[in-house]
Amino acid sequence: MEYLYAILPMLVKIAVIVVVLLLLPLPLTWLERKIAGHIQQRPGPMRVGWHGLLQPIADGIKLLTKEDHIPTEADRWLFKIAPVVALVPPFVVFVAIPLGEPIEVFGTVVTLSLSNMNVGLLFILAISGIGIFGIILAGWASNSKYAVLGSLRAIAQMISYEIPMGFSVIGVVMLANSMNMMEIVSAQKELWNVVYQPIGFFVFFVAGLAEAQRIPFDLPEAEGDLGAGYHTEYSGIRFSLFMLSEYIVVVIMAFLNVLLFFGGWHGAPPLVPEIVWLLLKVGFFIWVFMWFRFTFPRYRFDQLMAIGWKVLLPLAIINILVSGLFML
Amino acid sequence: MEQQFFILLSLVTIATGSLVVVARNPIHSALSLVACFVQISALFVLLGSPFLAVIQIFVYVGAIMVLFLFVIMMLDIRKEAHARFIKKGAIPTIIVLIALASELLFLLSQSSRLQMAMAPDRVVDPEQIRQLSLTLFKDFLLPFEVASVILLVALVGAVVLARNEHNNNNNNNNSSKANQATTLEVDK
Repeated sequence: MEYLYAILPMLVKIAVIVVVLLLLPLPLTWLERKIAGHIQQRPGPMRVGWHGLLQPIADGIKLLTKEDHIPTEADRWLFKIAPVVALVPPFVVFVAIPLGEPIEVFGTVVTLSLSNMNVGLLFILAISGIGIFGIILAGWASNSKYAVLGSLRAIAQMISYEIPMGFSVIGVVMLANSMNMMEIVSAQKELWNVVYQPIGFFVFFVAGLAEAQRIPFDLPEAEGDLGAGYHTEYSGIRFSLFMLSEYIVVVIMAFLNVLLFFGGWHGAPPLVPEIVWLLLKVGFFIWVFMWFRFTFPRYRFDQLMAIGWKVLLPLAIINILVSGLFML
Repeated sequence: MEQQFFILLSLVTIATGSLVVVARNPIHSALSLVACFVQISALFVLLGSPFLAVIQIFVYVGAIMVLFLFVIMMLDIRKEAHARFIKKGAIPTIIVLIALASELLFLLSQSSRLQMAMAPDRVVDPEQIRQLSLTLFKDFLLPFEVASVILLVALVGAVVLARNEHNNNNNNNNSSKANQATTLEVDK
């Protein structure tokens, strides 16, 4: 029984995070279509529910009832597990993302993160690097040239942008003297890291856009030249799992931007609870990602590579050198 | 509890590890290698070194295996898929394999460091990241830097070797590069 009491808060937290993450894409798709509509001077979805609020549910029903089609020449087993492999890493990343200082509920202290590990930041970067395997499997198992091209592009893009991304957070780690997410946030109590690390933030933000495969870096699923990229052959529920994982990656990138560079839950105006303040900032970054999607054109593939290797990587290295000099 | 976890993880490690060799399709082999590496990183967590576990995932799963798969996807694997790793009548291979395995086992059983690491009263240092970096960058700085230079040489060497073999391709690449350069200039 005591064993159960020890493990119960953990189970509750896991359940809450999984349910919230599974349901989050519903409002996000609505938001994305509304933002797209208003940027393009049209109202967006209006028919289902008030201002189209029930549209995501209608879409969900449509996706669930569609035919689940597997190409005859596909590698059936890999084709089936690919969406699951794509979905797991974004959920696992949330193990290390803290939502606030520990709070007291019914006399027991509850931490607002699943695990407060001392290598939290490294864990997040490593696990989000695994997310690529779902895309590789999907592209290869479909046995279609568009899908393979899409996943080859995705691999090249992820490898190139993971490096500047990892380098850009080194400045943050140097300032906090720790890779623990809680300590990184509490190091920004006085002044947000974005003030000390503007170049680091810029590199991290752009690399984050590329890791989340959002426009202007959504080459892996460029619908103009690749059909739909790596998930060309997917339909119905399996396709929606890919959509789900893409939205969760966007949420992760927003969280990381806020926690690493914008002070996490610190600096809340009076009367606003810290967790609400954190979620407001995260929401702002999600909105920025969507805003970018409908205002920027897509880069060409060689431009994408040039930006990654010739602009972002040198900038990130200079950032490390400069912050090292200032800290000396 | 810890022991059950260890048995589970090591069983999966061995199973996926042998699948790497047995699987006919190179992509399936590579994926079982990924699963094997993830299990090994879980074993590191069990041993109380989360840093090594994360690095294992970062380097082996996130970087090396992705590059492996990238290369395999470029090959025409329909031919490769029908060739077996251990062909029939490959008795010399098996003999060498057994010899190497017995040598490995013998050396491990003789090693005093292994005995020390397996002692039951070994304590895990909580400050291990600091200690690891101090060992690498203070006590063994020169070997560390030499190793990185050797890796760089190997990298350059691999590129040189790959370029010499296909002289025709090389020319094609150059011309396409020239094309790219001109398009870039037009862009500017």
